Amino acid sequence: MSAGLALTLVAGCGGTTKGSDAASGGAGKGSAGSANPDAPMKEGLKIALLPKEIDNPYMTVMDKGGTDAIGELQGEGKAVGPSDAQASSQVSYINTLIQQGQDAIVIAANDPNAVAPALKEAMSKDISVVTLDSDAAKDARQVFVNQASSEEIGRSQVKLIADQIGGSGKIAILSATPNATNQNAWIDFMKDELKKPEYAKIELLPTVYGDDDDQKSFQEAQALLRGNPDLKGIVSPTTVGIAAAARYLSSSPYKGKVKLTGLGTPNQMREFVKDGTVTEFALWDPGELGYLAAYAAAALASGQITGAEGEKFKAGKLGERTIGKDGEVILGPPTTFNADNIDDYDF
Amino acid sequence: MGRVLRWESVLGLVCVAVFVFGATTTGGFTEQGNLSFLLLDYSEVALLAFALVPIILTGEIDLSVASVLGFCSALTGALWEAGLSFETIVPLVLLAGVVLGSVNAVLVVRFGLPSLAVTIGTLGLYRGLAYVVLGDRAVTGFPENYRPLATDAMGFLPYATVVVVVVGLLVALLVHATPAGRSLYAAGLGEGTARFSGIRVGRLKVALYLLSGALAALASLIYTLRYNSARADNANGMELVAVAAVLLGGVSIFGGRGTVAGVALALLAMAGLRNVLFLNDVSNEIQNVITGLLLIASVLVPVVVKPRRTNDVPLEPSPVDGERRPGADPGRRLRRDHQGV
Repeated sequence: MSAGLALTLVAGCGGTTKGSDAASGGAGKGSAGSANPDAPMKEGLKIALLPKEIDNPYMTVMDKGGTDAIGELQGEGKAVGPSDAQASSQVSYINTLIQQGQDAIVIAANDPNAVAPALKEAMSKDISVVTLDSDAAKDARQVFVNQASSEEIGRSQVKLIADQIGGSGKIAILSATPNATNQNAWIDFMKDELKKPEYAKIELLPTVYGDDDDQKSFQEAQALLRGNPDLKGIVSPTTVGIAAAARYLSSSPYKGKVKLTGLGTPNQMREFVKDGTVTEFALWDPGELGYLAAYAAAALASGQITGAEGEKFKAGKLGERTIGKDGEVILGPPTTFNADNIDDYDF
Repeated sequence: MGRVLRWESVLGLVCVAVFVFGATTTGGFTEQGNLSFLLLDYSEVALLAFALVPIILTGEIDLSVASVLGFCSALTGALWEAGLSFETIVPLVLLAGVVLGSVNAVLVVRFGLPSLAVTIGTLGLYRGLAYVVLGDRAVTGFPENYRPLATDAMGFLPYATVVVVVVGLLVALLVHATPAGRSLYAAGLGEGTARFSGIRVGRLKVALYLLSGALAALASLIYTLRYNSARADNANGMELVAVAAVLLGGVSIFGGRGTVAGVALALLAMAGLRNVLFLNDVSNEIQNVITGLLLIASVLVPVVVKPRRTNDVPLEPSPVDGERRPGADPGRRLRRDHQGV
């Protein structure tokens, strides 16, 4: 009760409601001052990667890409992180990295707001902050390395399925949950792409939802085919959905006849590509994501960029990259996996 | 009494060792910002541990504390989103904590159910309700005029830690300096005997579960403001850290033995150790191994060492408080006779 009292005392009078807050303190942003694109890349930079979870295979590949890049730059890279993806568990790590005097932090945020105060603290101590995969609050980082734009993902998914079904027939989307922001953004772009004349012969059925639950996704795939015997293809832009649908198809009479594509990881999909259930699917390469983010972090820490729109930096094998609106850098179109290249990837 | 003091001395030495080790070997450990983070990071755990001390002293347990925290955090978020003022939310959330505590109290005291089973049940129930209230969303944007209370510090001493210390002192006062405190030791040493000596064990336990709910709600306010994020999964699993701190602090899981000071020292040692391990890049898995071993050692060492030293003394531990020593009741550790009140 004592804190309740203390809170009330400090509050004085008058209620504080949502939105009544005046200026929210934007600490430390732009601590680097102005950018000098010609500044040399500093050697021996200490850059730490902070994934959502340390033992998640996707994150592990991302960290590997990041530490590889830091190695190329003669820096000191390391990956540290929690073993659970709870909102708060990254904060202790950020504090640690601040105390250790790292030059830059590259983080995939578990919760955009829970990590924000700690990241602002880091920036106020001249530590560069780059987010990747999932962003933190915009004023709590300098650059966000996004896997691909929603538009690119949505449109490329339509192209994949259209090629596989020969440009005509019924298709359906097996999504995650009805309110997943990224899924809905992709689906909107898929629908927009399908309006183009070259896709006129494709009919899109109402979207079904597997809730990113293996069992439910499996059943939804099954129900789709029972209800629509003339279905030609399924697009599942979620790693859970595509794997479950592939498992159903591979043991059904529709195997090879009904096409399946979407976003999946090579390790999950390998057996279904090899047994002919799936021809091609896509995903960005998390290794390249980590690689690009590490280069962005090094460029920030060397003073070559500050995170402002229009600034350019060199990203090793990925070439020169330009910072877009809100400090966003986009990795590029997703990688397409098929029988020819799937064995080159392990994640 | 002597033995209890001795365990606290051991914990005091552990604290000194951890802080000396940190200061001498680990860069950045003694910086003001780090010390204040070290304290702040354990503030919620400490509040939950202080809520647990009196309950465990009576021989009961409350494993639902972190779920109460999670529910109250989700509730804070939902109410804030609905446009209520933060000044209105604070008492409502504290009340919600008390209500959740009262559910535990009714089940344990009125129906005489084992508190372990009851609070494992409400651990799941309250966490589930937190998801019902807020789903898997996160609410943010809590007022900037209150947030510093949970994030800022005077020098190295965070405001939240001041709250924790005040709560700790109040609990210590309750446990060590009031008739109610003596009663809860007596209840822990032998509930039947305590009841026959005229102690209203049931009423006492009800009060402790309500207090536990209130403290967990207070912890939820600090947690939510500190991270500026209300979520249903906040503080998931924190009950185990809090229980570990209480046991490491020398409180007997069977009740009747232990001090608040011991628990405070255990909290400080655990917070310091965690911070030092973090700064030395010790991975989470190894940290868990170390904390686990420490906990096992803390319950093992007294058991292994004691019988040899006190061969002539019957198995009864000497009561911390001499006046109310209940009669010998050899079965009391195994038998819990809840008969309602």
